[in-house]
Amino acid sequence: MAALCFMVTMVLYFVATMSFLAYLLRRSEALSNVSLAITAVGFISHTVALVIRMVEVSSTVPPSFSDALSFFSWMIILVFVLVEFRHRIHVLGSFMVPLALVSLVSSAALPETVPTLQPVFKTLWFHVTLSMLGTVGFTVAFVAGVMYLIQDRLLKSKQFNVLYSKLPALDFLDHLNQQSIVLGFPLLTLGIVTGAISAEFARGSYVSWNPEQIWALVTWVFYFVVLLGRLTVGWRAKRAAYLTVIGFACVILTLVGVVLKET
Amino acid sequence: MHLIVVGLSHKTAPVEIRERLAVPESRLGEALTRLCSYSGVKEGILLSTCNRVEVYSVVDDVETGYGRIQEFLADTHLSLSSEQLTPHLYWHTGDRAIGHLFRVAASLDSMIIGESQILGQLKGAFEVALAHKTTGVIMNKVVKKAISVAKRVRTETKIAEMAVSVSYAAVELAKKIFSDLHEKTVLLIGAGEMAKLAARHLIAHGVKHVRITTRTPQHAVDLAAKFGGTAVPFDQFKDDMALADIVLVSTGAAHYLVGAEDVRRAVEERMNRPMFLIDISVPRNIDPAVRHVDNAFLFDIDDLTQRVEQNRAGRVQEAEKAERMVLEEVTTMLDWMKSLEVTPTIVALRSHVDDLKRAEVDRVLARLPHLSPQDRELVEGLASSIVNKLVHRTMVTLKAEVNSSNGPAFVEAARRFFSLDQPAASVQPIEPSRESPRYHPESAVESGAEDPVSETSVRKRAR
Repeated sequence: MAALCFMVTMVLYFVATMSFLAYLLRRSEALSNVSLAITAVGFISHTVALVIRMVEVSSTVPPSFSDALSFFSWMIILVFVLVEFRHRIHVLGSFMVPLALVSLVSSAALPETVPTLQPVFKTLWFHVTLSMLGTVGFTVAFVAGVMYLIQDRLLKSKQFNVLYSKLPALDFLDHLNQQSIVLGFPLLTLGIVTGAISAEFARGSYVSWNPEQIWALVTWVFYFVVLLGRLTVGWRAKRAAYLTVIGFACVILTLVGVVLKET
Repeated sequence: MHLIVVGLSHKTAPVEIRERLAVPESRLGEALTRLCSYSGVKEGILLSTCNRVEVYSVVDDVETGYGRIQEFLADTHLSLSSEQLTPHLYWHTGDRAIGHLFRVAASLDSMIIGESQILGQLKGAFEVALAHKTTGVIMNKVVKKAISVAKRVRTETKIAEMAVSVSYAAVELAKKIFSDLHEKTVLLIGAGEMAKLAARHLIAHGVKHVRITTRTPQHAVDLAAKFGGTAVPFDQFKDDMALADIVLVSTGAAHYLVGAEDVRRAVEERMNRPMFLIDISVPRNIDPAVRHVDNAFLFDIDDLTQRVEQNRAGRVQEAEKAERMVLEEVTTMLDWMKSLEVTPTIVALRSHVDDLKRAEVDRVLARLPHLSPQDRELVEGLASSIVNKLVHRTMVTLKAEVNSSNGPAFVEAARRFFSLDQPAASVQPIEPSRESPRYHPESAVESGAEDPVSETSVRKRAR
């Protein structure tokens, strides 16, 4: 049942992605409603799939990276729907829905369960959920950053094209960027702390300096500096956009580290 | 009954003629009353704006109608002779008149395509006509339709969304940098007309704080009072330029007043919050090198003009879409107008009741096979006489009212009472095999064609 729902979700996200990308290129606004509706249906089936999966496995198996990615994909859509609902910025979907699709497809490609030696599910569930929420924050910041850089480039070069007319105002994107980091950073911090605790239970030491942990720490320090820079010396606007794009690379490397550890 | 329009617009007449022909609002009512006092003129509405003067009218005969209205226009403006006027006039009737009104309302015929004023002006003209009772069934319907077509064009195309003036383009650009213009500050350097207009647009879109500096201090103070802003001494404006989110420059200076370094410093002071600079002066007053300063967005008059040109092109594209909509709507309007003609209505009514009668008679006769031919004739005669008596008054009234101003209203009423606009299928004979008497109040009201009352009454009589 869960597998079927995931399949349906994937197909719907795929269609929504295509529709949102087409929306990006066309002057008409008509596609946005279609894309939104497809995304919404996909989101519902995704929710059902996740709930079934939670009920089935959470008490018996530790969360796999596959679950984490699926949850991540779900959160991305959730954030998109919330922002869309509040600000009516359809073009956000053209950036976020493809990301959700990619992570859901990756989730399907990874093994569903991981062999694990220690019965430390509870902390591990916390660790995975919190880290993923933090990652969602940084991903939204990344999307806002990319959109900012595109709009900045278009304005500077005076190219008033379709994309220009669809992208929102610069200060909105900068604000979205800031809010996402402000929310994502504490969540990632908690994710790292719970990760360290579960590592202590599992292996008897808080850190083992595997790639996952190294990149997680690099990411944490990086965003700490970004946040500090914004609040103290005005690293906002274009610089903040660049920094969050770079920071996202650290996030990806961390995730790659997780995959390497699990497979 | 014919709908005609006679008038002139910016496309056919120079401003000298237009301004002399324009009817001031105070005299509109009197002019309308006079218009409708001409023989053969049933309804009228007068649209007078700075770009057009048009008379829409419902008349008995197209050619005399044209003559009457031309006479009316010349009489209204004694300073213009008929000979001066005629070369600039256009005349339309039927679908072209309706199409013209729809296009005017939807701002497709405007000097600036897509501008929104014309719709308000049309509504105003319509209200005056209503107040003076110079419109009737046809005009009311056509004008209301024109207003709804205009609204449809507005919502379904992007014709009105794009800025087509330089000063408005500045607002449009500002909105791509600042999502909310409230709480933003604009610094106005110099007081060129275009900059003032842009400032006014920005204030209309929420900008709260205006700082003004001009070379003549008193000038800045005056302007500040006008805009509700603060005057800044000219030699000090650079010191707190960082306060301004938007800088609007238009002075007559022959050199750069704002350099790249000034802007870089201001952006730094603003902790990299973006700054929007508009230079409407020629020669330019802001160093183009500002382009290389991060988070500062400089647009000069050419950039704004480019934006306006693009939008114009966009509007023309949208206008094509709108034209198609207008065509569609004209067709539906024409169908309605055709239905208002009396003769076809009487013919339709006749054949409608004949069909009904035929169906009922056949049904009853099928159940009474034992009747002699004389009796059959009697039954048929009974049905005919009831039907004829029922519709007789309606037909007489329609014929009598054909030339009155209420004529179309009677026609429409008749068409609705007898559902003459329903598809012919609904007057199919009722199958004789059906036993139980049926009565569906809703469907009776909706289609009316099956006429359940007469059905049951005939049945009773048959028993």
